[in-house]
Amino acid sequence: MNLEVKQYDSHEYDVIVVGAGHAGCEAALAAARMGQKTLLLTINLDMVAFMPCNPSVGGPAKGIVVREVDALGGQMAKNIDATYIQMRMLNTSKGPAVRALRAQADKNDYHLVMKDVIENEPMLTLRQGLVNELIVEDGICQGVITATGARYLAKSVVLTAGTSSRGKIIIGELTYSSGPNNSLPSIKLSENLETLGFKLRRFKTGTPPRVDGNTIDYAKTEEQPGDKTPNHFSYETPDTAYLKDQLSCWMTYTNETTHQIIRDNLDRAPMFSGIIEGVGPRYCPSIEDKVVRFADKPRHQLFLEPEGRKTEEYYVGDFSTSMPEEIQLKMLHSVTGLEHAELMRPGYAIEYDIIEPWQLKHSLETKVVKNLFTAGQMNGTSGYEEAAGQGIIAGINAALRAANKAAFTLGRAEAYIGVMIDDLVTKGTNEPYRLLTSRAEYRLILRHDNADLRLTEKGYQLGLISEDRYQNFLIKKQAVDAETKRLQEIRIKPTEKVQAFMMAHHNSPLKDGILASDLIKRPGISYDEIADLVGAEDLQADRYVKEQVEIQLKYAGYIDKERSKVAHLKRLEAKRIPERIDYAAINGLATEARQKLTKIQPETIAQASRISGVNPADVAILSVYIEQGRIAKIG
Amino acid sequence: MLSVTEYDTIAAISTPPGEGAISIVRMSGENAISIAHQVFQGQDLTKVASHTIHYGHIVDPQTKQTLDEVMVSVMRTPKTFTREDIVEINCHGGIVPTNKILQLLLAHGARMAEPGEFTKRAFLNGRIDLTQAESVMDLIRAKTDRSMQVALNQLDGNLQHLIHHLRQDISDVLVQVEVNIDYPEYDEDEVTAKLLMEKALEVKTRIQQLLATAQQGKILRDGLATAIIGRPNVGKSSLLNYLLQEDKAIVTDVAGTTRDVLEEYVNVQGVPLKLIDTAGIHETDDKVEKIGVERSKKALAGADLIILVLDASEPLTIEDKELLEMTSKQKRIIILNKSDLPQQIKPEQLVASDVIEDPIVASVKDNQGIAAVEQEIKTLFFGGIENRQQDVLVSNNRQIGLLEQAETALDSVVAGLNNNMPIDLVQIDMTTCWEKLGEITGENAPDQLITQLFSQFCLGK
Repeated sequence: MNLEVKQYDSHEYDVIVVGAGHAGCEAALAAARMGQKTLLLTINLDMVAFMPCNPSVGGPAKGIVVREVDALGGQMAKNIDATYIQMRMLNTSKGPAVRALRAQADKNDYHLVMKDVIENEPMLTLRQGLVNELIVEDGICQGVITATGARYLAKSVVLTAGTSSRGKIIIGELTYSSGPNNSLPSIKLSENLETLGFKLRRFKTGTPPRVDGNTIDYAKTEEQPGDKTPNHFSYETPDTAYLKDQLSCWMTYTNETTHQIIRDNLDRAPMFSGIIEGVGPRYCPSIEDKVVRFADKPRHQLFLEPEGRKTEEYYVGDFSTSMPEEIQLKMLHSVTGLEHAELMRPGYAIEYDIIEPWQLKHSLETKVVKNLFTAGQMNGTSGYEEAAGQGIIAGINAALRAANKAAFTLGRAEAYIGVMIDDLVTKGTNEPYRLLTSRAEYRLILRHDNADLRLTEKGYQLGLISEDRYQNFLIKKQAVDAETKRLQEIRIKPTEKVQAFMMAHHNSPLKDGILASDLIKRPGISYDEIADLVGAEDLQADRYVKEQVEIQLKYAGYIDKERSKVAHLKRLEAKRIPERIDYAAINGLATEARQKLTKIQPETIAQASRISGVNPADVAILSVYIEQGRIAKIG
Repeated sequence: MLSVTEYDTIAAISTPPGEGAISIVRMSGENAISIAHQVFQGQDLTKVASHTIHYGHIVDPQTKQTLDEVMVSVMRTPKTFTREDIVEINCHGGIVPTNKILQLLLAHGARMAEPGEFTKRAFLNGRIDLTQAESVMDLIRAKTDRSMQVALNQLDGNLQHLIHHLRQDISDVLVQVEVNIDYPEYDEDEVTAKLLMEKALEVKTRIQQLLATAQQGKILRDGLATAIIGRPNVGKSSLLNYLLQEDKAIVTDVAGTTRDVLEEYVNVQGVPLKLIDTAGIHETDDKVEKIGVERSKKALAGADLIILVLDASEPLTIEDKELLEMTSKQKRIIILNKSDLPQQIKPEQLVASDVIEDPIVASVKDNQGIAAVEQEIKTLFFGGIENRQQDVLVSNNRQIGLLEQAETALDSVVAGLNNNMPIDLVQIDMTTCWEKLGEITGENAPDQLITQLFSQFCLGK
């Protein structure tokens, strides 16, 4: 018997967030903390902030996003700081711009702590519900309708549906409709979005099998322990909280036998048999994909990562596969250290719908439906951090819209979040998008150590940073400025002690006096040593202040070069393109440029110049056309 | 990568090409005055009043070579054509000095102006009224299409090939660095400072080779600046007359590089010579009392090749020795003239004056030994250049400017490495080099490196 579900009017909110993954949690918390009455709906309350794939947070570029989210008053950094089981600083042998933190998370703890924070956020309501439909009138989103018939009204709505959107799991010949980890998929919402005029496409991602840690032969693998030196993601987590008792990861390799098993069964691999239609990410290939594409590589690294303290499940990193279960078992058992491993969950591929991200503005509001925002995997990205970064921006803007205030956006020179969103809305993406340091033009400015200096002020203005935290931030900022200035004024004379110091550091002796700020630029000389030479004033022993001073002075030459590029960019960003510009009316634009501009609708001249197929002559003509209109208006 | 072109400082030769009496190189943009200041010897241009003109010299700060005697106008924003800071360098007619000045500005941070770009800026900054807007757009479109055509035609297939490979070499290293950064846990080889240094020096050498062919190309087109020098009455006039005889003269009586001096073009065994200060040669030979040495000094400053004539029938004078010493670092041919008279100077004697070249014994008056002089000119010019025609690849100022900027970026790479800067910082300059080379061939495509990253390395979970 199929009865029709009767709809009923439920509550009214300022902001509704659909989906409680890493994007949805940040969006809902930001909106609520900005004073908006917020509803967070999720298909399954037991999957709030769930990690369906790797049990880790951070890494190059991604780790910087986590700190950016923190500086804007988001939750991800604090949540991982409360639930990690291992912490590592990566790229320590490299420059300051590319250092990054990565933590292994206790998956279940991560979920529980985030859920607890959400439940205790005053303006936020968490509820289980599957959204089937948006309420849209005159192109403006007014609310949502759930499968149980509840109609919720709101001033703005954020969608973060992730891989649930018409999700389909694939394991060998087996396919079934499902969200991540066998959860309920969201089918009707996708259909509704298409009806509303959104252009969707299919993406694919995958996850590796999990094995029982009791059955791993660790002696045959390499141990990867956590760091002894304390570090955390959040600027508010003190070093004293650092976890001493960390769990290790373990490294092993595939071998020729593994590869042969894969090659022998390629006809059963959905990636090659034609079952998978979605586009998968190049940077996150399945093991079968790796073996085919890099046929001459004799082995591939694998990482065995614990999923938590109270579970024996281990994530077999870099072994993502959608082979039939039978083959997965053979593949696993061919790997050194996993000969007797018991499979706990098979790996799978999942196909899902995304919204082509060029349909969005930098605020993450859709161009198709007003007051509707989207974030996370739904926008074509991959990764928890990328999702969180978009989530907080979407949440902030949904709140601002509900309060009738102007949108908040971040530029490419301000944050990795800005780079990511600009890439998405300007270029779209042909595969699940992952942040890489090489996507940022100004990575020396977008460091993980200065995310607070870049963004805390903005977070404070938005009402997401507490007064206490802001005051502490100002103290740190002043300390950095004062110490930098002091070193720029102290002249170090070539005394005997100084010359001996130079010799000890394999530097040529000084001929003349030299400013402390210049001496620190010499190879191998650290802030502490300079401070020792000139006598450290009361520095409050804050290692973050010291770190900042050292980086800002030592790499000043490179930083200044990037700053001057940024200054140019800022001026181009300031040239806004009117919203209802008619590109067909502009004589002289090349056909391709006209099509691309019409499709993307760039917001500034700078953005227009980044669209592929729009060449400098087109940008010049566009500038002239806009200026013409401006003069006409004045005249 | 992002191209920010709207606000950088642009430069171009703003007088029509050809041999006018005066050429003007114009720069517009916020760095116009500081760039001019770096290459100008005279008043401090950063301090002069707006809308003033200043006498001085354009000097290459690296080589200290004086390129030209000029008048420089400084016009500060906003009362200028583009409403930006504008500097105009009035230099002497010929294409060669004008191009050299332009190249110097490009090497110091200016960008070659796109077609119609001065006018575009004038409009965008509100200098031109509305009725002209359409025509500005037409101008940009038309000129761009045409200049694209021209640029493509000028882009030699070999050059494109060479630069493509050079960039491939660089991007292999860049991608490796990126892999080390974004995937630190993978066992991919780390790019070491040593490897990056080797690569930088290797690329630099290849860029310098390309720039050297540019120099050859320019000489083929513009002539090898040649100065005939010597004391009065040693036979300079006779040599000149011989070189100028019959149809050998290509162009005569062209107003030249120094205001009151003539230059003449001759073709010697396929080498185009631009003879400097021919007037002076006649004058000093005619009027014995004039000081030939002083005059010669001036002439040889701008010369690519020196022909030093000595009178072998007289012993070496102090003046001769002075001339020998002055020219010892330049490409030169020494002629022991008047071999028909009793010889007072033996070739061996010149060794005492640190002459390492073999002098050519000649009697210009009797056409003796002149063939050897011509042969020597040819050898000096083409010597060491294999397949000269194919090697002349880089010809226009835009290409030269970009190559020089690429080279400057490599110098920063080397300096950074010497300073123990982390690889990922040094990489910034390496990437700049890669981008500048890409601008030459128009190869810069978005996400090019990322695409290579994933095709080359096996990464990810």
